Amino acid sequence: MASVTLEKLNKIFGSTHIIKDVDLAIGNGEFVVFVGPSGCGKSTLLRLIAGLESISDGTMQIGDDVVNELPPRERGVGMVFQSYALYPHMTVYENMAFGLKLAKMAKETVDDRVMATARILQLEELLQRKPKELSGGQRQRVAMGRAMAREPKILLFDEPLSNLDASLRVQMRNEIARLHHRLGSTMIYVTHDQVEAMTLADKIVVLRDGRIEQVGSPHDLYQRPETRFVAGFIGSPTMNFMPAELVEASGQGCRVQVTGVGELSLPQDASNTTRGSQLTLGVRPEHMRLEEAQGDNAFEIVNVEYLGNEVYVYLEPKDGDILLVHRTEAPSDWQVGHKVALAPEIEHIHLFDGDDKALGLTQRSEAA
Amino acid sequence: MNQYQLMKLLKRVGLYALIAVVLVYAVFPFYYAVITSLKPSSDLFQVDFWLSSVNFNNYVQILSQGSFLRAIMNSIIVALSVVFIALLLGITAAYALGRVRFRGRTTVLLTILGVSMFPQVAVLSGLFEVIRTLNLYNNPAGLVLSYTIFTLPFTVWVLTTFMRQLPQELEEAAIMDGATPWVTITRVFLPLMWPAMATTGLLAFIAAWNEFLFALTFTLTDDQRTVPVAIALISGGSQHELPWGPIMAASVTVTVPLVILVMIFQRRIVSGLTAGAVKG
Repeated sequence: MASVTLEKLNKIFGSTHIIKDVDLAIGNGEFVVFVGPSGCGKSTLLRLIAGLESISDGTMQIGDDVVNELPPRERGVGMVFQSYALYPHMTVYENMAFGLKLAKMAKETVDDRVMATARILQLEELLQRKPKELSGGQRQRVAMGRAMAREPKILLFDEPLSNLDASLRVQMRNEIARLHHRLGSTMIYVTHDQVEAMTLADKIVVLRDGRIEQVGSPHDLYQRPETRFVAGFIGSPTMNFMPAELVEASGQGCRVQVTGVGELSLPQDASNTTRGSQLTLGVRPEHMRLEEAQGDNAFEIVNVEYLGNEVYVYLEPKDGDILLVHRTEAPSDWQVGHKVALAPEIEHIHLFDGDDKALGLTQRSEAA
Repeated sequence: MNQYQLMKLLKRVGLYALIAVVLVYAVFPFYYAVITSLKPSSDLFQVDFWLSSVNFNNYVQILSQGSFLRAIMNSIIVALSVVFIALLLGITAAYALGRVRFRGRTTVLLTILGVSMFPQVAVLSGLFEVIRTLNLYNNPAGLVLSYTIFTLPFTVWVLTTFMRQLPQELEEAAIMDGATPWVTITRVFLPLMWPAMATTGLLAFIAAWNEFLFALTFTLTDDQRTVPVAIALISGGSQHELPWGPIMAASVTVTVPLVILVMIFQRRIVSGLTAGAVKG
């Protein structure tokens, strides 16, 4: 177990700057998830920590040691690969024992370690099988076992569930979470799936174009996204965004005019933004109510998706270029073609300025 | 029988007729060599397509010659050495060329391919000087050296393409497990590369086994010769007599092991060749 500290970390491949000035502190025993769209550098960042890529600039510490120049085997990290990358010609036992044997451990120690790991992952029955005789979920567990057998200080996962089907993915996700509770070791996990990130992480790191966009607990990221990008990335269905115009800002909050919704009084502090400038209002599908349409402010229901426990209602504004989603508990009486008015819950509204940065709450409303 | 069925039948007959032609064309010379080798020398110039009686005299005659057995031994040693060295160098070179990113990698690969285009005769005199300088004249080691030069490009090329197809993550997993490049090659890649190894190894073996020009040029005495030269130099009672019977018997004796080897490895050869063919 160990902490990881990244300081001004950079990675440059030829002329492409992949990782840009990343600062990050990962505590001992934390489960950290790197999440972001493809090409954001999350896998590269993981490979830098693993030692599979060299660091162009900056420092990386594992525990108290600077590991910039250390090869992977001396960093005390274990890695689970997306394709599992099991050695096809070796049995499960040999796969897990390979690293231990290379470390020149005594045969009994190797045996003990492999058996102990196999017990944790319920692989005891499969030890003599070859990878091709295993199911996807079993291979996944062997890949984890191989990474764990060396008792690394840090376990790294590179999109480990993306090759599994949906139901198995949920099951393995659960197993990984339980494994973390049980081992208590530091784990770093890369995924593009925000559901995996939300369910597994103690701390989520959202990456975009090689920079850290926001770091925080799943709760923080969901409740207080700092940028429009994070707001749109976390949560499913994604947050609804609407253009808004700043009408007035004061110490108590601000008032904005939103097309199709009307004028809203919000607790956000917009005192640094000029009146009349264009903002973006964000509201999650579960944070708004639908009411019978009155006057001009009407949306048309264009589709209703029934999912059993909940219902998604798709809305189109009159001038119709953005589609909004409303989520409500089933059953719902809304019908396609119906005209409705939209009432967002004021306390759950997010407001983003022209640079897509979230506006904070005024001190007054913060206190309340 | 209607017209459709007739057409089908004709097509089928035509196909088999074609196969028969190809088969006869390919196999007949070898078949005739076998037949000739089993005839007594008195019947040698009588044209027979079927064997009336089997006579092993020719085989007894060549196999009782010490120099021929010695030549077989030489050939085995030379061919096996070539295979071993070519595979060893080939696989390590393939790792470097297929797995390590370095400047000029493509140039090196193309140079290797280019070298293999030269005909043997073109380098014969130069190579002769090299072998003389290295003091390897009339020594099987000289043959091993010269055959390896011609075997290596093909070996490197095929093994490199094969190596490139092995997943990157497999190597990275080995690195994470603390494997050095040498351990990765021998304990992770080698076991996965048997088809390619069998193919290239066998082709290297055949090339070394059948080579004539270098073997003739670089050896002098009977006890250093390899089989192809030994066969060519089998002489009869007088200089006007070519002893076809023993020559054929010797040829069959040294070809049969190759045929058996190819039969054993044929599946592997096919998978190895196609695996190398499509670049990954």
